Amino acid sequence: MTEKFEPKITAFVCNWCTYAGADLTGTSRIKYQSNVRVLRVPCTGRIDFMLLMKAFQKGTDGVIVSGCHPNDCHYTSGNYHARRRWMVYKDLMDFMGVDTNRVTFSWVSAAEGARWAQLVNEVTDNIRNLGPYAEYKELAVAGIE
Amino acid sequence: MADTFKLTHENLDSLFAALRKDGRRILAPVDGDGRTELNEVEKPSQVAKGYIQTIMSAKDVVFPKVERLLSYTTAPGTVELHDAEPKALPTVLFGVRPCEAKAFGALDAVFNWDYRDKFFNARLEKMAVIGVSCLKADDACFCTSLGGGPADTAGSDILLTPIESGYLAEVLTVKGKAIQALAPNLFTPGNGVDKAAIAAKLEQAFDQPALTAKLPGMFENELWEDQALRCIGCGACAYVCPTCVCFDIQEEADPKQGQRLRCWDSCGFSMFTLHASGHNPRETQSARWRQRIYHKFSTYPERYQMLGCVGCGKCTRACPVDMNLREHLVEAANV
Amino acid sequence: MEALKQKAKELLQNGDVKAVLGYAVGTAGVRRPHFARNPKQVDALVLDEKCTQNLATYLTKHEVKHLGKVAVVALPATQRALLQLVAERQLRDDAICLLAVDGGEVKTLSSGAEVEQHLALKTDAMPAADKAMIEKLMAMTREQRWAYWQQELSRCVKCYACRNSCPMCYCEHCTMDCNRPQWVPVASHALGNLEYHMVRAMHLAGRCVECGECGRACPVGIPVHLLTFFAEESTAKQFGQRAGHTAKLDYALSTFKPDDKETFIR
Repeated sequence: MTEKFEPKITAFVCNWCTYAGADLTGTSRIKYQSNVRVLRVPCTGRIDFMLLMKAFQKGTDGVIVSGCHPNDCHYTSGNYHARRRWMVYKDLMDFMGVDTNRVTFSWVSAAEGARWAQLVNEVTDNIRNLGPYAEYKELAVAGIE
Repeated sequence: MADTFKLTHENLDSLFAALRKDGRRILAPVDGDGRTELNEVEKPSQVAKGYIQTIMSAKDVVFPKVERLLSYTTAPGTVELHDAEPKALPTVLFGVRPCEAKAFGALDAVFNWDYRDKFFNARLEKMAVIGVSCLKADDACFCTSLGGGPADTAGSDILLTPIESGYLAEVLTVKGKAIQALAPNLFTPGNGVDKAAIAAKLEQAFDQPALTAKLPGMFENELWEDQALRCIGCGACAYVCPTCVCFDIQEEADPKQGQRLRCWDSCGFSMFTLHASGHNPRETQSARWRQRIYHKFSTYPERYQMLGCVGCGKCTRACPVDMNLREHLVEAANV
Repeated sequence: MEALKQKAKELLQNGDVKAVLGYAVGTAGVRRPHFARNPKQVDALVLDEKCTQNLATYLTKHEVKHLGKVAVVALPATQRALLQLVAERQLRDDAICLLAVDGGEVKTLSSGAEVEQHLALKTDAMPAADKAMIEKLMAMTREQRWAYWQQELSRCVKCYACRNSCPMCYCEHCTMDCNRPQWVPVASHALGNLEYHMVRAMHLAGRCVECGECGRACPVGIPVHLLTFFAEESTAKQFGQRAGHTAKLDYALSTFKPDDKETFIR
């Protein structure tokens, strides 16, 4: 018997916009798929690329990174800094052959509860179609005698 | 006294087939992308020609760069421990140089000193060495300064020395005899070839016993600082070295599972001796460089009655800043 | 060559510098870094097309700083690295004495501004072979690129020669050496190797002066420099600035423009 694959999605979200937006999704009683694990950080500027790496290292199948829309950062410019970092990191991941379809970057504001639900549903469906991130998971056992 | 035979090229082909039929993998130097490295081969024709040495040493076969020692899983209230069993495959190392063959002795001294390491021993037991004598040496080589030689038999189970139409084959150990017994007809009676005349000529560069004797009195010599100034403190020398044996134990743990790994480490790293307090007894690169020399040429002889270096020169070839070990030892010997 | 030796001796004799760092003949004719600490040691200096190493790496090392001021024989890549070190506030003008040898004569450069001026006269593009290789990789499918790097990196033993030879890798405590938290596995298994090289390239994005020293240093010949070259090119293309061309440069990834253009954020 093979169990149906349910992806594990890790979401790194900022405290002020996306986390509050996700909160609004709940208080608005909008349902969305439960595959996502939300990790709240102060600001997208705090989301080091190594956090994304760590999520894959620990077996996630997909990652969402989300925060305040440009110009709306609680700390004025954290999301601008984050944007630059992702622009380079995404390029580099692709150059090294990491599947960038498994990383979704988004802006979701505190007022966009419905948008958050839609984002999670889309990402979850997409990753479910892609299947488990076998390539990366295999790394954990390769090269050990 | 070794039994000496002749092994023609055709017969070596057959010997490879016999070894593989016996269920052994054959690892030999193979050329690829301008690099010569140990790789699995099926036939002698796949073996690199004209190489002096591989870049990496063969120690990986008995002491892999990453090796699992144990793993565990946890559930509420319980821990289940899984002992790792070494994946010791029957292996024949073909074509390693006499210096490298000898180096297994230096590894053995540490792994079977106060504790018999089951991983190392399981792999060593399944491994046999068919060494091939050197016909040429380069500017990094200095085996003859350390009691070895381009046709030295130490460490090889069978030593082959290239001659016209094949090899002179010295069957040296029980393991060597077992290989010969797989296809005894392939080994034809050997003639009285003088292998010293064939093997590479390499002059002794310095007096090693004299150097070892004077090292304890040279600890504070400014020579080490001078030599180490261009060292960038990477671990290339230690990782290509056939005798460097230092390792680090790494725990890779999740809440529900974990594993313990043994990984190569190097005394050239500043982290190697860094204490939890922040104090580092070998604070400068020169102290670390000196340690490397002393461990191989002073500590090893004192503790194991052998050298921790075989003079293969791999470190010199691998070094990004050309720290030439032979040259540095000559310098130390001349102090 | 004689002019260089003359200049080196002069600097040492006048006490302007404590050492002159250049190149000397090493094993089997390779060129190695050479510290001349007295006029006698100057005689071993050589300079030819075989001298490729980026000597700026030494300027931030404790043991070298400890010597006092050091004059450095500087190829264009060394000059770029020095300029980037100045931009990152790792070197002050009073510690700078470059002997620029790329113009046929020996030119002494003794401040970031002078190096910048000197460098502005030339363009030093990425070696054609490396550019071609990056293009070749980008023309592959993602799966092929993954396979390529997995194959290449499987040989990595984490000796850190790439890190230690890099003039921009001067951190006292490298992320690789931190274990609380342990970002990247220490072991050089497939996971540890991929993530190490990814972190190295990311940490050099916007800072790599494209000297290629890391790739030359790798004892097992992995083209690790392609990773940092690529990260630097990505930064240059997207943010319009390059490392190692000016003495005053805000790090590309710790600054921003409100109108930075990307195409993938939803």
